[in-house]
Amino acid sequence: MVSFTLNGEERRFDGDPETPLLWVIRDAERLTGTKYGCGIAQCGACTVHVDGMTRRSCITPIADLEGSSVTTIEAVSGREAEAVQTAWTAIDVPQCGYCQSGQIMSAVSLLQMNPAPSDADIDAAMAGNICRCATYQRIRQAIHDAASSLEG
Amino acid sequence: MTKTTLTRFCLLASACALLSAAPVAGWSQDRAPAAPEPSQPVVQKKAETVQLRPVSDFDAIEDETERSIAIFEETGKVLLHPRCVNCHPAGNVPLQTMAMTPHQPPVVRGDANFGVPGLMCNTCHGPENVKVVGQTEDILSIPGNPNWHLAPIEMAWQGRSLGEICEQIKDTDRNGGKTLAELIEHMAEDDLVGWGWNPGEGREPVPGTQEAFGDLYKAWAATGAHCPAP
Ligand code: FES
Ligand code: FES
Repeated sequence: MVSFTLNGEERRFDGDPETPLLWVIRDAERLTGTKYGCGIAQCGACTVHVDGMTRRSCITPIADLEGSSVTTIEAVSGREAEAVQTAWTAIDVPQCGYCQSGQIMSAVSLLQMNPAPSDADIDAAMAGNICRCATYQRIRQAIHDAASSLEG
Repeated sequence: MTKTTLTRFCLLASACALLSAAPVAGWSQDRAPAAPEPSQPVVQKKAETVQLRPVSDFDAIEDETERSIAIFEETGKVLLHPRCVNCHPAGNVPLQTMAMTPHQPPVVRGDANFGVPGLMCNTCHGPENVKVVGQTEDILSIPGNPNWHLAPIEMAWQGRSLGEICEQIKDTDRNGGKTLAELIEHMAEDDLVGWGWNPGEGREPVPGTQEAFGDLYKAWAATGAHCPAP
């Protein structure tokens, strides 16, 4: 039995302790905003926040999360998340959208730690989030836009 | 009738012909008889375990300096192994695999040798190796350790000779300020160093055991900690 917090609520999981967090989020908790892309930490589609840090949920055994706090795209909040959401919708970043919840979780984390990232900072932070539709230019633009909106 | 509609019609017609010809029993099959076996992660063949020679093997070397150097050279089987060098890269990108290719995804070192904001090492590397089941043939686990990080740039080994690395690990400016005793303890006891012998499924471990490696270091220190020529 693993007890953890998911989007602010106490949750328990009593299945196989090796079950990846992604499966718990999607199948047990029915929160399907977090996506499966590769299952081997190569694409970033499954990114969530664990105790405030980005985490690839596809390779995180649920047993590692005892006592941790998990935030998914459904509940990510705060100044940075709002700025990212506004910037993302303003220029319609997504194409098909599949990778975008992962992109957004990484972008929010980046801005939480670095409120004024350079192009190089953005590229390095987002290097693990692959977009099959190649929306990279808009992602980078939206992160800059979100950063300038946070300045005020 | 246009060409496209005609083609579609023909396809349908041939499908119908097939349908009526197919014996009913055929439908109980999930896969066409000619289809290859469903893909399963391959069981990788175990790399032959390379051992470290015990300290006693070097007793025959009378000259102490030569003995010291020979012992150090034996530890080089571990130091120069990709499993060690991959995390002591000369640049800002960790390496991976026995071919020492740049880390994929393309992560970077960052200020604290722990990645950059938005993509820290612990985005993927947890406190222990995590088995990955049935996803791919070549990534069978994601490596992890509670202290997972890249060796600082002054501890870069990639591209250096064993003699150069030897001088480097004794140099307190380039070994994290360790005395010789602390260095030996680090080699013999450190948990992240020890990961090399327990690198997770799908990865070849470094030769021998950490205990044998530690013993070699103790013997190297006791014989004056001499280095091979650079
Ligand atoms: S699904 Fe987790 S990184 Fe691709
Ligand atoms: S928007 Fe389609 S994969 Fe990124």
